[in-house]
Amino acid sequence: MEELLADFIAETRDTLEAIAGEIVAWEAEPGDRKRLDAIFRFVHTVKGSCGFLDLPRLRHLSHAAEDSLADVRDGERTPDAALVSAVLAIVDRIGELVDQLDATGVLPEGDDETLIEALAPGQVIASASGQPAGGSAAAARAPARTIRLPVELLDRMMSGVSDVVLARNELARALRATGADTGLEMAFERLSLCVADIRDAITQTRMARIDGLFGALPRMVRDLAAELGRSVTLDTDGGDVELDREMIEMIRDPITHIIRNALDHGIEPPEQRVAAGKPRTGRLRIAARQAGNQILIDAIDDGRGIDAEKLVQKAIKVDLITAEAAAQMNWAAKLELIFSPGLSTAQSVTTVSGRGVGMDVVRANIERIGGSVEIESRPGQGLRVTLRVPLTLTIIPALVVGCGDHCFAVPRSAIDEIVRPNGQTITLSTLGDGDVAMIRGKMLPVVDLGGFLDCRSNDPDLRPVLVIVRAGGGERFALKVDCVLDHEELVVKPAAPAIMATGIYAGATLPDDSRPMLLLDVAGLAAANGVRAGMPEPVEEDNTRERRERVSVLLFRDLDGAERGVRLNLVERIEDVDRAQISRSGGRLVLAHNDALIPVAACADIPDVARMRMLQLGDGTARLAYAIEGVIDVIENSERLQPATQPGLVAGVVLIDGRPVEMLDPHWLFSGVALASPRNTPLCLLAGEDDHWSRELLSPLLVAAGYRVTYDSGEERVDVVIATAADAVPQGIAAPVVRLRAAAIADAIDEESVWRYDRDGLLKALGRAMRGA
Amino acid sequence: MESLYLIVRVAGDTVALRADGISSVVEIDAISAVPRVAPHIRGLFALRSRILTVIDSTAALGLGRCNRQAAHTAVVISSDGHGYALLVEEVVDVIEGGAPSPCVAVIGAGWSRVTVGQIETPIGDILLLDPTLLIQGPELLAA
Repeated sequence: MEELLADFIAETRDTLEAIAGEIVAWEAEPGDRKRLDAIFRFVHTVKGSCGFLDLPRLRHLSHAAEDSLADVRDGERTPDAALVSAVLAIVDRIGELVDQLDATGVLPEGDDETLIEALAPGQVIASASGQPAGGSAAAARAPARTIRLPVELLDRMMSGVSDVVLARNELARALRATGADTGLEMAFERLSLCVADIRDAITQTRMARIDGLFGALPRMVRDLAAELGRSVTLDTDGGDVELDREMIEMIRDPITHIIRNALDHGIEPPEQRVAAGKPRTGRLRIAARQAGNQILIDAIDDGRGIDAEKLVQKAIKVDLITAEAAAQMNWAAKLELIFSPGLSTAQSVTTVSGRGVGMDVVRANIERIGGSVEIESRPGQGLRVTLRVPLTLTIIPALVVGCGDHCFAVPRSAIDEIVRPNGQTITLSTLGDGDVAMIRGKMLPVVDLGGFLDCRSNDPDLRPVLVIVRAGGGERFALKVDCVLDHEELVVKPAAPAIMATGIYAGATLPDDSRPMLLLDVAGLAAANGVRAGMPEPVEEDNTRERRERVSVLLFRDLDGAERGVRLNLVERIEDVDRAQISRSGGRLVLAHNDALIPVAACADIPDVARMRMLQLGDGTARLAYAIEGVIDVIENSERLQPATQPGLVAGVVLIDGRPVEMLDPHWLFSGVALASPRNTPLCLLAGEDDHWSRELLSPLLVAAGYRVTYDSGEERVDVVIATAADAVPQGIAAPVVRLRAAAIADAIDEESVWRYDRDGLLKALGRAMRGA
Repeated sequence: MESLYLIVRVAGDTVALRADGISSVVEIDAISAVPRVAPHIRGLFALRSRILTVIDSTAALGLGRCNRQAAHTAVVISSDGHGYALLVEEVVDVIEGGAPSPCVAVIGAGWSRVTVGQIETPIGDILLLDPTLLIQGPELLAA
């Protein structure tokens, strides 16, 4: 909340500065519609944020100004000098209040009624700005807790660090080449770690998970729903999508507007929903995902949707379009009207989303950053608003494919699957002068990357690989390449205009081998090759049961040289880490990564190399890293697993392209190495004296055995209590108690207790107590 | 007013470039080719962590292509936030010279598109080229 408030203050100040000029211009010419719109948007945005941040005084002010301005926009009132002064007085007051809010952290009490009354039609010009805003206006500004930096500076830091990394790599090669034990290794390792740290930190400064934005939504939805008398469950997905911090700031407002609209105009009150045969509680789903070089954010509600016909009626009424023009419009064009300024289908005006100003602001903001807004409405059933925003400087997981001498990156998000023609279920054939692929009974157009880019390989024995990709518009096709080389996370930057002009590249990137590589724009490739948008989806002829059996498998070369596979869904990421980040502690291997220790599993000893490739596997709560030699491929597999006889690293064997491939057993892996995650470790309360013995001897033993230790349970539920003294059993805790005694031999009173140096006895007693509980 | 000029050989001719727009002169080895792009774009080259777009100056003049053996020196400039490496056959010298005067010679379309004047040097009068016009390539001429 603190953070949101700081954002609000900073943003309001910025906008105030920006519209200062507009205000003056409007004063000179009150009829100017554009200026009016700009000021209207400002008060509207302030109103929205205030409602959410619970700043009633500011909301009251901005809502009053918005009402009057809306009348002007609707043509019900002509702006005069009195109105202009009154609105300006309110804008000034908002500025003052925001300054005080920043300085003191609270909104001062005060009366704004004079200002608001001045808005009423027929008022004489009120004294410049009414009474002072109240409170200690001259209060010193609190020192800023954040600083604002120009993005160019961050970019320079970023490229500086990249240079350092490349220099380090060169140094590493030089050191290895000397071969001799120079005694520099330790120093070099330390340097490497520092450099990696700095790189991470600087990357962090630019990138942020969209979580930061999503995190504020539940509260907002809850408050809005309460205010509007709606019942709504919010569901967010894709919070781990990363994008430029700047970009997140740019989409914050649009998303807020969209959610407000969804709750206010979309989702009906519970009674209406029940009457319409829908569940009482409405659903709102906000999902982010990456598609090629774009981030897609969907806001889907199951409310009443937008009735395009009503929209048209309204548009005709306010002279936005003529009835003749309306007759020519199709459904989509009619829906587009929602983006026109000053148009809304809502019956009444509310404090929450007002008059449809939202959508034109949304569109303006998103288009300013090179994105687009799409809307899909099913009247009575719901609405889907999709924001597409570009990811400028973003780290994209990509697949590196080879074609002749060239390498290209394909965004992983655009890839459906990777297959190899095998003459049976997957075949390549020619149709006219084009290629088609028949994949398990479905026909797909083929784009021969080598032929298209004129970099075909001369090797006649080459078995091409088909990368099945899906472009943003839904076109699905097979990209024929010579080989799939690697999976990398790449920092992509825009390429020179002459290169971008080809329309088939989405940017350039510099992988670790410092050979520049281009990222393919899948949608552009589709367009350039005439793969039609809206080409009918291949008929899904296979039934769902068969589909469920097919799983994506990541094939990799393991440390012992064997080819193994793991379900792709378990793989959170593939990355290279410095060997120095892996260390042995307490008999297990751990990877120090981004401030966390991740247990490491490997089928053989970790070789002594500079960089290790790791698969990061996740089971939903815990993570572990599996050391591998390299990634081979990602395939779809529907073959049955032949289970192994013994539980162990390998769950069984599947046949892939006729080769037996061992599949990892994730269950075994996680059970073997997973460090107990705090969420599900039992909490043990040490009751009795908080003495040296409990702290230094008992507590480490318990932690090592997988318990969490506390001396004061506080709010948390305690799973088991250890009483270190006979009279130390606490009251009011419903957990089993194990008592310890200092003497090795039990006396009559302490029959049930455990001698405090009986390690096995203690742990067993704890286990029994937990089970009994 | 004296200013610095870099004297280079491009397409067999000796020409001048303003030195203040040039960040460095580098030797180019491995160029990653970019398929399906305008012919004067030779490819990409990594200078430390920067990706430079390599411009074939001869092709940009519409005079065929640089001989790769003859041209592996490049002049690095920035334009619109992107880095470019202009392939030249030879870097001859850096000289101080006076302000350029309008070009009086009748020169071919390719040259005249990128020429902004002529300057006096100890080796005679030579053309002064604007590297940003070279980057744009010959297509824009037709447009």
